[in-house]
Amino acid sequence: MLKIKNIHARVEDKTILNGINLDVKPGEVHAIMGPNGSGKSTLASVLAGREDFEVTEGSIEFLGKDLLKMSPEDRAREGVFLAFQYPVEIPGVSTVNFMKTALNKIREYRGQDTLDAVSFLTLMKEKIKLVDIDQSLLSRSLNESFSGGEKKRNEIFQMAMLEPKLAILDETDSGLDIDALRIVANGVNKLQTKDNATIIVTHYQRLLDYIVPDYVHVLYNGKIVKSGTKELAMELEEKGYDWIKSEMEVA
Amino acid sequence: MSKDNQVLEEFTSREYEHGWTVDLDSDTAPKGLSEDIVRFISAKKEEPEWLLEWRLKAYRHWKTMKEPKWPNVKYPSINYQDIIYYSAPKQKAQPKNLSEVDPELIKTFEKLGISLTEQKRLTGVAVDAVIDSISVATTFKDKLGELGIIFCSFSEAVREHPELVKKYLGTVVPPNDNYFAALNSAVFSDGSFCYIPKGVRCPMELSTYFRINAANTGQFERTLIIAEDDSYVSYLEGCTAPMRDENQLHAAVVELYAMKSAEIKYSTVQNWYPGDKDGKGGIYNFVTKRGICAGDHSKISWTQVETGAAITWKYPSCILKGDYSNGEFYSVAVTNNFQQADTGTKMIHIGKNTRSRIVSKGISAGKSQNSYRGQVHILKRAENARNFSQCDSLLMGDQCGAHTFPYIDVENKSAHVEHEATTSKIGEDQIFYCLQRGIDEEAAVALIVNGYAKEVLKQLPMEFAVEAQKLLALTLEGSVG
Amino acid sequence: MNTATKKENISSSFIESFDFAQFQFAVEQRTKAYEAFKAMGLPDAKSEEYKFAPVSKWLTKHFSAAELSTQAIAANESVKDLLNPEFAENRVVFVNGFYNKALSSITSDSKITIQPLGEAIASNPSLPFDQLNTTDPFGLVNSTLWSDGLYINVPKNITEKKPLFIHYLHDASSNKVSAHTKLFVTVGENASFNIIEKTDTLGDQPVFNTINEEIIVEENAFFNYCKIQNDAGQLTHVANTTIHQHKSSRTDTYTFTLNGKLIRNNLNIIIDGEGCDSHFYGLYLTNGDTLVDNHTTVDHKKPNSFSNQLYKGLMDGKSKGVFNGKIFVRPHAQKTNAFQSNRNLLLSEDTTVNTKPQLEIWADDVKCSHGCTTGQLDKEALFYLQSRGIPKATAKAMLLYAFAGEVLDVIKDEQLKNYIDSIVSERLHKVY
Repeated sequence: MLKIKNIHARVEDKTILNGINLDVKPGEVHAIMGPNGSGKSTLASVLAGREDFEVTEGSIEFLGKDLLKMSPEDRAREGVFLAFQYPVEIPGVSTVNFMKTALNKIREYRGQDTLDAVSFLTLMKEKIKLVDIDQSLLSRSLNESFSGGEKKRNEIFQMAMLEPKLAILDETDSGLDIDALRIVANGVNKLQTKDNATIIVTHYQRLLDYIVPDYVHVLYNGKIVKSGTKELAMELEEKGYDWIKSEMEVA
Repeated sequence: MSKDNQVLEEFTSREYEHGWTVDLDSDTAPKGLSEDIVRFISAKKEEPEWLLEWRLKAYRHWKTMKEPKWPNVKYPSINYQDIIYYSAPKQKAQPKNLSEVDPELIKTFEKLGISLTEQKRLTGVAVDAVIDSISVATTFKDKLGELGIIFCSFSEAVREHPELVKKYLGTVVPPNDNYFAALNSAVFSDGSFCYIPKGVRCPMELSTYFRINAANTGQFERTLIIAEDDSYVSYLEGCTAPMRDENQLHAAVVELYAMKSAEIKYSTVQNWYPGDKDGKGGIYNFVTKRGICAGDHSKISWTQVETGAAITWKYPSCILKGDYSNGEFYSVAVTNNFQQADTGTKMIHIGKNTRSRIVSKGISAGKSQNSYRGQVHILKRAENARNFSQCDSLLMGDQCGAHTFPYIDVENKSAHVEHEATTSKIGEDQIFYCLQRGIDEEAAVALIVNGYAKEVLKQLPMEFAVEAQKLLALTLEGSVG
Repeated sequence: MNTATKKENISSSFIESFDFAQFQFAVEQRTKAYEAFKAMGLPDAKSEEYKFAPVSKWLTKHFSAAELSTQAIAANESVKDLLNPEFAENRVVFVNGFYNKALSSITSDSKITIQPLGEAIASNPSLPFDQLNTTDPFGLVNSTLWSDGLYINVPKNITEKKPLFIHYLHDASSNKVSAHTKLFVTVGENASFNIIEKTDTLGDQPVFNTINEEIIVEENAFFNYCKIQNDAGQLTHVANTTIHQHKSSRTDTYTFTLNGKLIRNNLNIIIDGEGCDSHFYGLYLTNGDTLVDNHTTVDHKKPNSFSNQLYKGLMDGKSKGVFNGKIFVRPHAQKTNAFQSNRNLLLSEDTTVNTKPQLEIWADDVKCSHGCTTGQLDKEALFYLQSRGIPKATAKAMLLYAFAGEVLDVIKDEQLKNYIDSIVSERLHKVY
């Protein structure tokens, strides 16, 4: 589904990704871990198409298409979803209105009929249950004066609405208490099917207690330096990132 | 960036939707202004002597005045002798009802999306249609008449209700108030008149639709709304003009008079021709709008969505004379290309426990200049007055400007006045967030701008709110730089 | 002179009676300033910039044109009693507009030039003072009639922590005083300098005093500047202070207005380099019939700079407060952050406040905001304190002090902070 080959990327003059290779198949959950500044969030941004990041080398194929050639909105319409680490506030625009616009734009792109208000609301009610989000939150301005937990839950709610093929969760666990973490993870798990894939970008292992990854990759200095299964995450938690760092230096 | 430029280019080349003209046979005064022209207008309208005198007095005063230079707008000086002060579409006789109105005129308004045929109107909005200088039709008059509400053209009011006109004309905006008000007082041709009797809640929106058609003409209409004790009225005003290379002058006066516990809600969606993308042509919109809350517990609320005109210079204001009276001003002013807007409000607190609220949202794009200018004046006897002002500016592109000039003058220590202003641009993060959810850039801008202006748009009656939203999106599509 | 004209406005006769042939130095600049002033005249009641500060009216009432344009006479010995013992260590004293060597004692780093401006111009006629040409009418009066001034040059890399105290004294015990001085400061690259400035008047004859100040803060330099206006005389004072900031420099200014007749401070900051940091604080605590008018202009000409203004006013008696703050962000000054806040408390029935914050922005990637409030003391807070057993008068003083505290707290120099603090707290506790 997603084939990342030798991706190099930079911001202004600073190279951040230094040759990433990653293969993601439908139904898989991949976790990307690494210390601060290793390039985890950059990878997520490159996949979503943020302009600040310039890809200098390599290719990304998504469902057989060249992802790097697509605009951010077309990537979204093809099924790439990024749950933001810091969701922005848009004053005056409610989540409901926002989602209705987004969903209908995506449906138009796919040649489907747009949803009228009634069928949209029916769909919304159904998804609300999935992520256990307070409905009144959805009529408030997008992310404005939301708590950290509310913002993250709202991201998962949007993911449920848009039913992406590839979901990228960028530090979705940061700033969440254990209950919020469980709710968010639950939502993600319920949305996981054999046809879609998830990439979890995280610093800590704790989210992986709730969303069990098939693969764990460790990112360091813009490269994947170690790949393994869930056990790798446990080992990292135990030994800390210094373990990777010293191992790299030895090598 | 290059993509943004492309979108910007696309947008700036977008044409003004209402830029067509219609060949109407019209009755026109010779160019220029003199006492004779004033007499000509008054005679054409078969006005009583007192009104002619009133006009002449205003004209003589105007001659002693100088055009104001303090607004933050630039334009070549206007040659007042090069303007036609009176142009009326020719009609055989005063139409008694719609079937007698020139079908060409009805078509003009149909083209603007305004149906004058009552059965075709879906919503409960009564319309007074003013083309060039003359009111051509007023709908739902009979129905309103049953409630004692008078809604008619200004000329008709002069004929049918001279005592009301004489009593209130110029009481809120005196003829010598300012340069353009004096000019209007001398040469005003028509406009709307509205009277709501005591205790009546006007059951439908009253609306005037202004259209400039003829070339080289100025439009000088006058609106007077009187709300007696405990009455309520919501009034809407819309405007468009054809595309012409030369600038046209629109100098209107609106007077609102609210008595005890009366409420007047006045909404404007202004879409005059703004000129082309190089700044050629367009309407000079120099308007004086003022309301007085004369009675205790009265309320006047101004809402405006300003998207058109080459230059806008207007400050819908409230004189809060009655105790516990309340003034509101909600404004969205959008400028693009070479448009200039200097707009805002004055809240003059005279009575005790008076309240005012100002919400102004400016949006500048292209090479335009957008200024908020407002005054909150708490007079010495205005015990316990309160004001809250919020003025936000949104900038799109790096060649436009946003300016705020709030004057706050407080003479009473019990006053509580708060003013907040911010300037920002549409965040790249906000756009990217929308893009990531599959919303393209144009839709994202429309979404964000409408969200930004929501506090004002929600003040508009439903039918207008939808129109205003579309207008905003259309005016600003793709202008993120 | 014609009394009829005098009643209207002193402007034209004032212009006619200008006699600057008496000056030996800076003749060229004086002539230029005079021509500009002649074209402008004194501001009348319709002037937008001076509509709340009737300086011209006051001048017309108290001075003849000749009195205004004549240099002040020698002062009485006792004028030195006005000197502050707190700031005796490193000070420059002017009396009636002239540098007074006997009362001055300079202990700043010897590498720093501190000398009377007239003297400095005599030894270096090309000294580039008066470069940031003012357009203020009283600034032009100053540039025409100035009698003396101070030149300070802080060379590159010199850090002087010890503030220089500049004291302007007027002896108005038997004569009217018209005194006009200049200050020209360059703070070199990487250097740092501190100025505290104060005026005091002996006697109760009217004093008309203008000060023009031009300060150039070079790259990475730091300039700290404090004005203390607590003059018990009949003083009308117009200050035109222009600070020109270069790349990565920092400026902090403090303006405390506690007394005086009619005080007008024009503070102009030109941010002409990237990465500048500028903070302006003001506190006006007025009573009686004092009128204080603070006009500030912050002109962001280059990107990536930060400016913050906080002006607070506590007005009692029949005093008037005026605040006019302009922020300009020029077309290419992207990523500018400019903030401004003006808060006023009105304490009596007869005070007024006129504020006009003004934002003019031509760049799109900026964060700018201004806010202003005018109101009374928070009754809830007052009640809360009273309900805890604090007498009303004390509670009121505490709250007012807390209101002023926001500006007092940011003063970095401890000695200065204690001095201002003692005046403010004494005033607040005595009055309430």
